[in-house]
Amino acid sequence: MNLDISEQKKLVIIAFKEERLDAHNANDLKAELLALFDQGKKNILIDLQDVRFIDSSGLGALVSGFKNAITNQGSLKLASLQPQVKSMFELTRLHRVFDIYPTPADVPEQG
Amino acid sequence: MDKNRIEIDIKIPNQTRYLSLIGKIGEELANGLDEYGGNRITLAYYINLVLTESVINTITHANARDPDKMVHLSIGIEQDELVIRVFDEGEGFDINEVPTPDFEGLAEGGRGVFLIRSIMDTVQYQKRGDGNVLEMRKSLVKGTKY
Repeated sequence: MNLDISEQKKLVIIAFKEERLDAHNANDLKAELLALFDQGKKNILIDLQDVRFIDSSGLGALVSGFKNAITNQGSLKLASLQPQVKSMFELTRLHRVFDIYPTPADVPEQG
Repeated sequence: MDKNRIEIDIKIPNQTRYLSLIGKIGEELANGLDEYGGNRITLAYYINLVLTESVINTITHANARDPDKMVHLSIGIEQDELVIRVFDEGEGFDINEVPTPDFEGLAEGGRGVFLIRSIMDTVQYQKRGDGNVLEMRKSLVKGTKY
C-alpha cells in the first residue's frame, strides 16, 4: 500500500496513492489508521484524489477508521473523491456519515 | 448464431491481488460494447465492482482464503444481457437471507451483496453439479453511446 502521510498543524493528512481501495489493501489502511490513533493522533484527513475505484471492503476500512476516531474523541474526514467513488458513498448512504471536502485545502483548521 | 455473443472464462488463484486484474478485464469489456448505449464509464465501474465483490466473496467464504485454491468465473454478453457467473465448490448459502445493510448503523461489512443487487437486474445463487454458481444478469440498452 502506497501512502503519503503529512501533518499540518493538528491535522494528519493521508494521501492514498493507489488506484484501487479494495479488499486487497483495505486491511492495510485500517491498520494504519488504528496505528495513528494509537500514537495519539486525533484528526485525520484521507485524500482520495488518486483512487478511481472503491469496493465494500474499502468503504468498510473507512467506516472502521471513522469509528476509531469517535472512540478517540477525534475525527476522520475525506477529501477529493472522484465522481464514481462518490457515487459509491451515495449508494451506501455513507455520504451522510463522513464530512467530505472538495480538496484538503477546504478542510477547516482544527481547533 | 448471436454475433454479439461473448464469453470470457477465467480462472485465477484464490488471492486478493488478482481482483484488480479481473476488474480491468471487466472494464475493458464494457469499453468495447459499442452497440450499446448508456453511460460507458458508469457501466465499466459497475462491472468492475460486481466482479470484485463476487470474487472476494468466493475467496473469503467458499474458498476460506486458501491461496492454493482457484476461483472460476465467466463474464459474457448473451442476447443483450451482461451475464457474470462465479462458480465455487463451497458449502453454499441462501443469498435471500443476506440482509439489506442497516443504513443508520455503522457496520464495517455487509455491503457487498447489497451493491451487487443494486447494480444487477437479477442475482441468483444456486447449486450446480458438485458446487454452486452465483449468476448475475443486467440488461444492456441498445442505442447510441452518450
